[in-house]
Amino acid sequence: MNTQPKAHKRFNSWQMWGMLLLAPYVLVFAVFVIYPVLYGLWIARHPHSYELLFQDPVFPRTVLNTLIFLIVGINLKFVIALGLSGFFVQQKKWIKALLLLFLLPWAIPSIPTILSFRFMLNPEWGLINSSLFRWFEIEGPGWLTEPWLAFACSVLVHIWKSLPFWTLILITGRLAISSELYEAASVDGASRWQQFKFITWPSIATLYLTSTMLSMVWTLGDFNSVYLLTGGGPGDQTHVLATLGIRYLRIDQLELAMASIVMAMPLVLPLVIFMVRRLAAGEAKLAH
Amino acid sequence: MRKFFNEASLILIGIPVFLWTVIPIWHLAVLSFSPRDDVTSGTWLPSKFTIQNFEVIVGQKHYYLNHFWQQFGNSLFIALAAGLLTLGISTFAAFAISRLKAPGGNTVMNFALATYLIPAAFLAVPMYKAMGQYGLLNSQWSLILAMVTLASPYAIWVLKQASDKLPFELDEAAIMDGATPMQIFRLVYLPLMKPSLVAIGTYALLLAWNEYLYAFLLLSKDSDVTLAVALGHFLSADDSPWNLLMATGLVYALPPAAIYYAFRNYMVGGLTAGATKG
Repeated sequence: MNTQPKAHKRFNSWQMWGMLLLAPYVLVFAVFVIYPVLYGLWIARHPHSYELLFQDPVFPRTVLNTLIFLIVGINLKFVIALGLSGFFVQQKKWIKALLLLFLLPWAIPSIPTILSFRFMLNPEWGLINSSLFRWFEIEGPGWLTEPWLAFACSVLVHIWKSLPFWTLILITGRLAISSELYEAASVDGASRWQQFKFITWPSIATLYLTSTMLSMVWTLGDFNSVYLLTGGGPGDQTHVLATLGIRYLRIDQLELAMASIVMAMPLVLPLVIFMVRRLAAGEAKLAH
Repeated sequence: MRKFFNEASLILIGIPVFLWTVIPIWHLAVLSFSPRDDVTSGTWLPSKFTIQNFEVIVGQKHYYLNHFWQQFGNSLFIALAAGLLTLGISTFAAFAISRLKAPGGNTVMNFALATYLIPAAFLAVPMYKAMGQYGLLNSQWSLILAMVTLASPYAIWVLKQASDKLPFELDEAAIMDGATPMQIFRLVYLPLMKPSLVAIGTYALLLAWNEYLYAFLLLSKDSDVTLAVALGHFLSADDSPWNLLMATGLVYALPPAAIYYAFRNYMVGGLTAGATKG
């Protein structure tokens, strides 16, 4: 008889401890996420900021660049990652060694490697153009001085940096598929393409789509690949929304900075809501 | 014969993958060990192998490197502080949500996940302003706290997933023996969570060490900034000593690379396990 109230009391003290232990994170969240976000939205409340934003010739180009970055960059990255994951699951010693090397761009910080790219691509004395001239007597293009070429290089640098991680994710997806399925399929005389189409793809399609969406969110926040390679130039023509917001912030145009970020919300919010549901259900577990 | 073709086609894929991965890193290393004159000659090997660049760095004998050791220490301090704080805050939170079933725990989890999914460069703008209002700008604590904010959501989520998998019978047995929640936390929970804690601590540490954007926004004094920001400073001049920049970059990149290879089983296992369930 007297265990009942005691258990009840213990339950309460557990909940109290729970709230106490949760408090540090809630505090961090309130102070460094909630308040800044609300403050930012309040700053971005004037319609006038959006008029100014649309009048800035840099803005339309930035939106276009961001969309190309997302659509072309991410799909290219994932098609390559899908293919390479098939290569890296081969059980060979040299392929395993190559995988360790392949993960290096992901493991090391991006600043030194992006700056290495930047210098390599220097039109006058960079490694690429010097080699083109030495070997083929070709005058290489101005990799970072032609706007579209510079932008394409940023996309490639982004892929260089994040391809290893997504390949690794797709490798774990492929390794989870039972090898018996493939054995049965080869006995039945299925071609490689048929094996991919009927076994591999159905097993990893969801993982592939989840990963693509996560990568979209993170690619939107990729400041380094553009800023450190091109600085948004030449002529502010290679900005993406991530660098444009910071550019406005640096020239003390806080309202424009926040407005440009709010403009990305129609794209970001659906993704965030969808992914929070999936992640909360524990369906996927992914880190940068 | 078929086997030979198979091997040949694998090698045909392997070679471009190798070159694609290695060339930028090779270029970084070559310039690091090259004398100044090599910088503009675009070579694949140093004309004369030299460690002079590293002597300049260690001796802080260049305008851009006057604070090298201080900045190295700043990077280390900020990474360690952010790693430990993240670990503490997120372990408490995950324990509270998963084991103590704290009221509102799932709501907090969802908000944390949403934070994880906000592009970092977008959050940087309002956070920079808020840090200014809090009077934290130019203090290293602003960067530490910013990194804790960015690292905690994923940390809490991974730790909660790992914690949900521990059998609840353990808690019940401990309660029967009269254990308090904090005793369960210390004696049951922490020892069992060790592998995940190592992975998450390393994750937060590397995140903070590698961070560029927040560091360059929040810190400005030469003696306060991290190595990442110091590397960015090299870009401000056209005639930057690129061989010194690359050598400093190599020094900066080595610790994360070493940690990554030392902990790679923890990292890859701890951070990607369960991905297949998607």
